[in-house]
Amino acid sequence: MGIEPGRLQFSWISSAESTKFVTVAAQVTEAVRALGPNTRFIKPLAEVA
Amino acid sequence: MTSTTEILRETAARLLASGAVEMVIGFRQGTIPMMNEPCFVRKPAEAGLLVWDSHCGINLANYVTDRKEKKIGIVAKGCDSRNLVTHILENKIRREQLVVIGVPCRGMADKRKIAMKCPGEILRVHETETAITAEGEGFTRTFEKADVLQHNCSLCTHRNPVIHDELAGEPVEEQQGVDRYADVRAVEAMSPEQRWKYFEDLLAPCIRCYACRNACPLCYCPTCFVDESRPQWVGKGQDPVDVRTFHFLRAYHCAGRCTDCGACERACPVGINMRLFTKKLEKDCLELFGWEAGLSLEVRPALDHYRPNDPNDFIR
Repeated sequence: MGIEPGRLQFSWISSAESTKFVTVAAQVTEAVRALGPNTRFIKPLAEVA
Repeated sequence: MTSTTEILRETAARLLASGAVEMVIGFRQGTIPMMNEPCFVRKPAEAGLLVWDSHCGINLANYVTDRKEKKIGIVAKGCDSRNLVTHILENKIRREQLVVIGVPCRGMADKRKIAMKCPGEILRVHETETAITAEGEGFTRTFEKADVLQHNCSLCTHRNPVIHDELAGEPVEEQQGVDRYADVRAVEAMSPEQRWKYFEDLLAPCIRCYACRNACPLCYCPTCFVDESRPQWVGKGQDPVDVRTFHFLRAYHCAGRCTDCGACERACPVGINMRLFTKKLEKDCLELFGWEAGLSLEVRPALDHYRPNDPNDFIR
């Protein structure tokens, strides 16, 4: 739908796999940070006087 | 009047008179040309209201959701019958409640295509096996039916009803060698930026009237996510982000269930081809799971079933 590849990621982690969770979370954070701020699906808040 | 109409009237009158059904859901002549409307016939004497021509595009499966009658006769084209199967699998109606009057279908006419090619308002329409003639003030135009079919009908590979108890006419030959997904592949080939822009343009005219949702036999939730206000999942205005969220989410709710009956696109007052979204999901379902919705009462749907060989390359 026009989202950059890599911004959306999927993983299957059991509640027993805490180390895998940490690793994946770190990898995803790093990958998304490399893509820069998201510009899509963002709705500017209405201007309030 | 076509012979299918006669068979339908005869069948409906017979089923109602014998008490085999409490009502028959079919089509009657609309108040304006090319807009036949659904009709619930409850008395044999009213069976003469029923008609059948190239303007019976509405998906009648939409009208049996959660009905309480013990026996309902329903007129069903190929796509309607597939949606009836989906309804039965999703417990929205029981098979025993239905007497399906199948109609082998040669495709429905796209009223916009015909209207675009006529110089004025169309006042009368009549048709033969292969041609449709539209008449208005000072003009008469005849079209080859094949040229004015709805896009989804021209790509249809399931014209004959998949379930039926009665059949109004001989089965028709199914179209062979149809390339169903050329338009989806074209979008898939775009870069993310192009695709974002493409969908922005596609959805720009949307007025959020929800006609697509209301016409869709799959959209039977008592309260649709767009109508919820606590929590409010999606904004209710014309903001492009909200419009996009509505269309994408609606499409995903139809994943593995959509039969590409074209009800959404036909109902759209501004002519948005939102079938592009549901078709992408349909294509994925077919390629990844070998699944086409509504073909059998015996097989569980792709998203309702686990197989050890399900593809999962996207999970890491």
